[in-house]
Amino acid sequence: MANKQFDVVVIGAGPGGYVAAIRAAQLGFSTACIESESYADPKGEVRLGGTCLNVGCIPSKALLRSSELYDEASHAFVMHGITAESVKIDVGTMIRRKDNIVTQLTQGIKGLFKKNKVTLLPGRGSFAGRENELWQVAVAARDGSTETIDAKHVIVATGSSPRHLDGIPVDNESICDNVGALSLGAVPKRLGVIGAGVIGLELGSVWKRLGSEVTILEALPDFLAAADPAVAKEAWKTFTAKQGLKINLGVRINSVKQGKKGIRIDYDMGDAAMTLECDKLIVSVGRVPNTAGLGADNVGLKLDGRGCIEVNDHCQTNLENVWAVGDVIRGPMLAHKGMEEGVMVAELIAGQAGHVNYDAIPWVIYTHPEIAWVGKTEAQLKNAGIEFRAGQIPFAANGRALGQGDTTGFVKMLACAKTDRILGVHVIGANASELIAEAVTAMEFGAVSEDIARICHAHPTLSEVIHEAALAVDKRPLHF
Amino acid sequence: MLIEVKVPQLSESVAEATLVSWHKNVGDTVTRDENLIDIETDKVVLELPAPESGVLVEVVKGNGDSVASGELIARIDTEAKAGASAAAPAAKAAPVAAAPAPTKAAAAPAGTGPAARKALAEKGLDAAAVQGTGPGGRVTKSDVLGTAAPPKPVAPAPSMSGAVSPAPTSALPQPNVINADAIVAERTEQRVPMSRLRARVAERLLQSQSTNAILTTFNEVNMAPVMELRKKYAEKFEKEHGVRLGFMGFFVKAAVAALKKFPVLNASVDGSDIVYHGYFDIGIAVGSPRGLVVPIIRDADQLSIAQIEKKIGEFGAKAKEGKLSLEELTGGTFSISNGGVFGSMLSTPIINPPQSAILGIHATKDRPVVENGQIVIRPINYLAMSYDHRIIDGREAVLGLVTMKEALEDPARLLLDV
Repeated sequence: MANKQFDVVVIGAGPGGYVAAIRAAQLGFSTACIESESYADPKGEVRLGGTCLNVGCIPSKALLRSSELYDEASHAFVMHGITAESVKIDVGTMIRRKDNIVTQLTQGIKGLFKKNKVTLLPGRGSFAGRENELWQVAVAARDGSTETIDAKHVIVATGSSPRHLDGIPVDNESICDNVGALSLGAVPKRLGVIGAGVIGLELGSVWKRLGSEVTILEALPDFLAAADPAVAKEAWKTFTAKQGLKINLGVRINSVKQGKKGIRIDYDMGDAAMTLECDKLIVSVGRVPNTAGLGADNVGLKLDGRGCIEVNDHCQTNLENVWAVGDVIRGPMLAHKGMEEGVMVAELIAGQAGHVNYDAIPWVIYTHPEIAWVGKTEAQLKNAGIEFRAGQIPFAANGRALGQGDTTGFVKMLACAKTDRILGVHVIGANASELIAEAVTAMEFGAVSEDIARICHAHPTLSEVIHEAALAVDKRPLHF
Repeated sequence: MLIEVKVPQLSESVAEATLVSWHKNVGDTVTRDENLIDIETDKVVLELPAPESGVLVEVVKGNGDSVASGELIARIDTEAKAGASAAAPAAKAAPVAAAPAPTKAAAAPAGTGPAARKALAEKGLDAAAVQGTGPGGRVTKSDVLGTAAPPKPVAPAPSMSGAVSPAPTSALPQPNVINADAIVAERTEQRVPMSRLRARVAERLLQSQSTNAILTTFNEVNMAPVMELRKKYAEKFEKEHGVRLGFMGFFVKAAVAALKKFPVLNASVDGSDIVYHGYFDIGIAVGSPRGLVVPIIRDADQLSIAQIEKKIGEFGAKAKEGKLSLEELTGGTFSISNGGVFGSMLSTPIINPPQSAILGIHATKDRPVVENGQIVIRPINYLAMSYDHRIIDGREAVLGLVTMKEALEDPARLLLDV
């Protein structure tokens, strides 16, 4: 019997994959999306949404909110005159709420597939060969059966997995990666975190707010090296001095041992030999692209030196009609970057123009205060020898921030000294993740700082701080 | 300091070029290596980067002017300032002579949004070519949709003039826009000057036909052996070499075998001399969104089929992005034109001077043929070779084409040199 044939077959149903599949189907292509049982529910049903929905962005934000409420009830209610005595957290309920949100959203994508007529094929997808101008893709189901389908175009969206370190065996009970860290059964008394990146900071702060004593060990000498230096400095001050996270930089891990009394980590910091004892350990030292089992060798799909699938600006691989998007290719491992690439590829297949503006991809760290930025940092501009003007306004000068009792942080806008075009916007403060959208939109339209300064911003809102920062670029802030 | 901006050395075979569009106006700040202007030659559109950073203070040659290698076209002042602030340059530029049309200044957009950029890309338009109606002259999506797309470059029509492009072609931005619907509906006429490229194509086609004694010989090839070979080794070949095993590699190899056997097919006429080339540089017509281009595979006799396929793949990709260089498009001792990609079954290609012969290959179609007294179905490709009868006799031409036919019908011959 002839193989089933599709115009577009997407391998992986994470943010890059499911979006690519939906867009391809919208454009009239017969589309299938293959998803393995990695995140299957207890009944063995495939769950869509990949890392992001199942063990990443979404569940971490659910826990974030719970822990924030707990923290506010414990510490912030008092200044509003609200007494909340003996505030307690039931971790089980918190985790169940998170699980329900995940279930609702992953089910939602199934609904979207149905609505857009995307065929879902449960199993592991891999390249089997090429014949008659068609790619053969094998779908290996969990029950051991394999079906081979034919595809005119294949979009690889297999995502990434947490990097594990030699000598630190992750069991997701005592020693956890992002998966286990989102499902701890109780608040650990002492929590160790290896890696002060986005995931380490977000999860470290969640458990810190719930009462853990958190120590983060980071190999790099600089804190948040990718962020603007002023933002990194403010974040350091807030996380360590105000919130009590212990963060040790420039650390070299020597050994991790599990004993009856917990986990013992021996490490060097500078010349000093140090020891950290904790009850749970989170390892968050980056992620690696998923290409094993993809059958790249079967068809000669080229990988780059870091194990990513090699692609050009249009996400085309070295093979005809084979594309790749998201964490499995170069660029930042961000869900929204993968989604944009998914849309672009589907539209390119349809013969439309497609483009992802990698210069206008927002970065967000969901700590408290949140950190978000788009474009270039001050350090990058200096290194590139680009002359710029900067405007920086603290949230403490904003009425809404005062009213909300959350005045940490600032907005910093960087604009070209010659053309005034906005080159970067950096926010650390409440709702930074939402505020950054205005900056992204402005940059996509090539706006100058004066454009933002001349746009009416509602009062009283946090967005006024962006307005003031734009005014400050021209040294004429009105409220600072 | 005043720096002179000159037309770069174009190439031996290119006498002059046309300035297509200035990207900068008088008074604009320019940074080193930023593209100042597109220059169209017979073969490619070149970008001319600014030699130094500074302010463009004078434009000597405007859009549409013809220029020669080394000619002065503008001056840049490396010490001037673009005006006190970013908003001022337009005002400052006004008194300077020879400023280009004011509409362009207005159309230099502060920034175009994502939707407008996509629409621009799909229409093949530059933001500068659209009159922006947004704030500050910004080009909006509706501005783009309201502007007609430039006409698609016409590939030298394979069905009418033979399957070859007489001159390697590349992007040809055309100054005027033809509205086909309007012409048909209203019985009007539009007069549009030929672009430099089109004029050159016309000139060369005519030159070829008036100076060469062109004759075409035909033959038919049973493609089944090559197809079988390809089917058998496609996977292995691709795995080994990272490139698909196509048909062109075989055609190039077969052609080179014939050229080696009959060197006059690979020769040129120079005055009253015949120049025999001791090398085999084969021009390959490659389709691109901008038209047909004919990049040259140098020393094709020394390349393996895999290397040839890779080269063709590379040319195809470069052609798509308009990145073929003048060097890659110049020279050649013999050409191969594949009208088959457009579905052509037969054609008489026109020689690409100073070459003396050209092979036309066509679509492979199942045809009834007689073998051993039986009518059988075979995948047939009709080959055509046009040659300059002044120096090539019918015998050499016909036997040359037969050599190609035999090599393709029994590829082992290529291995054994028989």
